[in-house]
Amino acid sequence: MRVLLFAGLAEALGRPELDLPDHDAPATVGALESRLREAHAALAGRPFRVAVNHRYALAADALAPGDEIALIPPVSGG
Amino acid sequence: MIAVQSQPIDVARVLAAVEGPGEGGVVLFLGRVRDEARGRRVRQLDYDAYEGMAQSELAELERVALAEHGAARVALVHRTGRLVVGELAVAIAVAAPHRAQAFDACRWLIDALKQRVPIWKKEWYADGSEWVSDRP
Repeated sequence: MRVLLFAGLAEALGRPELDLPDHDAPATVGALESRLREAHAALAGRPFRVAVNHRYALAADALAPGDEIALIPPVSGG
Repeated sequence: MIAVQSQPIDVARVLAAVEGPGEGGVVLFLGRVRDEARGRRVRQLDYDAYEGMAQSELAELERVALAEHGAARVALVHRTGRLVVGELAVAIAVAAPHRAQAFDACRWLIDALKQRVPIWKKEWYADGSEWVSDRP
């Protein structure tokens, strides 16, 4: 499972995406966020939302193989 | 017209995209790079975008502007990459039968864009740089 990163999050983690092993992929968006926050200290204190297939997702939303997943820090366009 | 692009914004094209015979009011909003932010002098900006999702979010904003804010035609263009002071970062044009809907829809669009479209800016100062979303 690939997780895309942008802006300050990509810089803080020093890479544009994270990889999670498929055999142990989290089942929901909430589980994914907990997993990532445990594994990456650089996420501490950094808010983000999770997008699945280009839409903002909720913690209870299920994840499926092949989903395009991204962490969305607070946006600042315009 | 929806675009997230690295090329400069062509305002004439943005306006042409909302032309129509039934729309008497056209409102154009242009967002330009300023030389100051929160008391610091800004030299340039870098815009990063999650392009695929930004396109879908802009299309959703267009849909809502047409369905709920009285807009008849909408154009939304956001720039990415490095921009210097004075360059256009965003252009929004709205055409509606009358000016009230055009003003209302345009105002709603720029506010909604700033709240939810996945685009980020990094400000460059004389002594460093910062992603704006990193601010508490």
